[in-house]
Amino acid sequence: MNKLESIHQLDDWRTKILSQYDINKICITVCGGSGCRASRAQEVTEAFKKELKEQKLSKKVDLKQTGCHGFCEHGPLVVIHPEKIFYQNITVQDIPEIITETITEGKIIERLLYSDSITGKKIKKEDEIPFYENQQRIVLANNGLIDPTSIEDYIALGGYKSLTITLSELKPEEIIEIIKKSGLRGRGGAGFPTGFKWDFCKRAKGDIKYVICNGDEGDPGAYMDRSVLESNPHCILEGMMIGAYAIGATEGWFYVRHEYPLAVEHITIAIEKARKAGLLGKNILGSNFDFDVKIAKGAGAFVCGEETALIASIEGKRGVPRQRPPFPAQHGLFGKPTVINNVETWANIPIIIEKGEDWFAEIGTKTSKGTKIFSLVGKVKNSGLVEVPMGVSLNKVIFDIGGGAPEGKSVKAIQIGGPSGGCIPAELFHLPIDYESLIDAGAIMGSGGLIVMDESTCMVDIARYFTDFLQNESCGKCSSCREGTQRMYEILTDIIEGQGKEEDLELLKELGKVVRMTSMCGLGQTSANPVLSTLKYFQDEYIEHIKEKKCRAGVCKALIRYKIDPEKCTGCALCKKSCPQETITGKSKQPHSIIQEKCIKCGICYDSCKFKAIVKTTGEA
Amino acid sequence: MTKIRIDGIQFKASEQATILEVANFLGLDIPTLCYNEGLSPWGGCRLCVVEIGPPDKSRLVTSCTYLIEDGLIVRTGTKKIIFARKMILELLIAQCPTSKVLQDMASKMGLKKIRFKPKWEKCIYCGLCVRMCEEQMMANAIGFINRGNQLKISTPFNKTSDLCRRCGGCIYICPACTLRCEGANPSSALCNGCCNELQPTCLELNENYNCWMGLKGECGTCVKIKEKKEVI
Repeated sequence: MNKLESIHQLDDWRTKILSQYDINKICITVCGGSGCRASRAQEVTEAFKKELKEQKLSKKVDLKQTGCHGFCEHGPLVVIHPEKIFYQNITVQDIPEIITETITEGKIIERLLYSDSITGKKIKKEDEIPFYENQQRIVLANNGLIDPTSIEDYIALGGYKSLTITLSELKPEEIIEIIKKSGLRGRGGAGFPTGFKWDFCKRAKGDIKYVICNGDEGDPGAYMDRSVLESNPHCILEGMMIGAYAIGATEGWFYVRHEYPLAVEHITIAIEKARKAGLLGKNILGSNFDFDVKIAKGAGAFVCGEETALIASIEGKRGVPRQRPPFPAQHGLFGKPTVINNVETWANIPIIIEKGEDWFAEIGTKTSKGTKIFSLVGKVKNSGLVEVPMGVSLNKVIFDIGGGAPEGKSVKAIQIGGPSGGCIPAELFHLPIDYESLIDAGAIMGSGGLIVMDESTCMVDIARYFTDFLQNESCGKCSSCREGTQRMYEILTDIIEGQGKEEDLELLKELGKVVRMTSMCGLGQTSANPVLSTLKYFQDEYIEHIKEKKCRAGVCKALIRYKIDPEKCTGCALCKKSCPQETITGKSKQPHSIIQEKCIKCGICYDSCKFKAIVKTTGEA
Repeated sequence: MTKIRIDGIQFKASEQATILEVANFLGLDIPTLCYNEGLSPWGGCRLCVVEIGPPDKSRLVTSCTYLIEDGLIVRTGTKKIIFARKMILELLIAQCPTSKVLQDMASKMGLKKIRFKPKWEKCIYCGLCVRMCEEQMMANAIGFINRGNQLKISTPFNKTSDLCRRCGGCIYICPACTLRCEGANPSSALCNGCCNELQPTCLELNENYNCWMGLKGECGTCVKIKEKKEVI
């Protein structure tokens, strides 16, 4: 196609695309996100293609690989339009049946439907599943509908409409005013009001200005940004274009992790197609606005998600934060004023421009507007990506959407905000999810990681896990963060290994306070959160570890013992055979026993015993 | 010119000045480790933290990197600052007990205990040598490698660098490896050999050092007054 030279041409193109689109035509969509690909969605798509060809249905039925639906646990997912029949856990073997039964005869295959985690009822349509029903999807809305590699799909759904509104009707100042009024705050974690950030940058002196999309998502168990980058790259691109127009930038950068190959691929395709269509480059849509984007790939340092470290990384330097102020909005990439926003923040921009600031400001609470995507993982029945309006209670997310803990266990706490977030106990699940409530509770919004933990999780162990992550990922520049995280890890290890002293808790609190007060960047300032928040809510568990040498969750190896109950032991010798240390003794058909000195507490005997004769004890000397 | 208020002193300074430069000019004592006049500010050791802003909204910033702004209120010796500095020094001494610079600082600040296991490392990663090599010697022969708990300072690929002229600038500026303190030993990582009993008592009575000479109790006057009161 030719380059678009005016807004009219873009509108014409959209009309043309829509005229070729038949709303009643059957369309099989296979989820193509990384999660579903890991469970062989690619093979499923290929099998569909082959089967449709064999049955001579290729012309009657469309096949599309879409973006991520966010319900990755049940992948690969297949949705059949226009009826929106939702099939989950599809394998290549199911394909012929789907084609003959559902596509040709219009019958539903019961066994492929999702059954409710609580009631067990089979559910036919995607939006009727509680997981989706309780969400309000704004940013993720189009993920399951469009093919991320097709610019036509994005345009058909009203894509780049906000850009045309921006270029034809709005002045840069007006855009900033709209974003300010909408109340949008940065989705990367700190929650700085986006409109004000843009305003600072616009007012900063500089001949060249930059916009950057921060896609360096590195939190363990979190993949919100990956999903948006992979599934709807044009939406982010459009947001960046609007931002660039508002602050007067002509160049943008995508900073994406090298570990997200699909995201990099889809963004590269999106940029190429937008450039070909004349939506990037010089004189975009005849408006005298020039803008182009480059991609920089991160090399895997978590700290490069911090804006000043990210900028250093793009500049080719060591990815180390520098002291702010000056803020990037004044002195950013290559020393020029720079606006750097998270993926999710950029993706919200076109939506706000199209639907209006008042519409957006109505969603959420007084101080936190709009929706937030969370990556709900851990000990929860329905894990996946969840987009909810701000101000919704944690209860709703964990129980109504997540379905609570599996295997009849009870949820003990959640860890929110990534590795440097905090743990919130079940008693506080009534709290609304907004920036302020979470900070008051000792956690942070972060970029949206939400890990659910049940009674089999030891809170001291979890604090040590995150502190270990942070001591590895700290850049090491400032002594408080580098040494502080290492020392916190050291003390926690002592406690876990039964060497803890009572005064350790006071020292942890003091150290945590200093690390929080004096560290240079966001990573350092929040790196004491895992320790401080668990100490705040689960101090009794720490005291149990130190005084009684007891780990109630049975996780800390040094504090547990495996014993054989002679009443239940039948002397089958299965444990004896499976023990790698040969610590189990006993004659055949007589109760066995474990030699404690040699036991490495691997738990193989515990798992292998068929009579539940092996018991885990803790707190006994 | 920019007007600021530092430890109660109204002062006008150039816009490009940092809090540390103003404090040094006024003779207010702020301990530093990774700072050197001839090198670019780094903000790594965090010892030079000062408190800025009104008391209810105050926060700690590193004085070596913070450029002054109009109406800025700075306090250089409050309880919060001393608490933080002592903890950071404790961390650093536990890392490298043999540094005389650190041990002297501990004696001066009245740090009396190290609660962490000594690591006996030879480097505190203040980065002075790296900046010295790059900015003053124009050699760029050494740099940081790895990150977090694996951080090291070394030549590229740990091999002798062709860029190194063996000028010794890095050794000259190092606060850890040139001057050694012999007082630290396996039984105690802290020397305290130069510690006198004249530790300031201002902070026991006030939130802030309010020594009119800006000496923060070093003169010992307040100690004597306190002793007198106790005798009576």
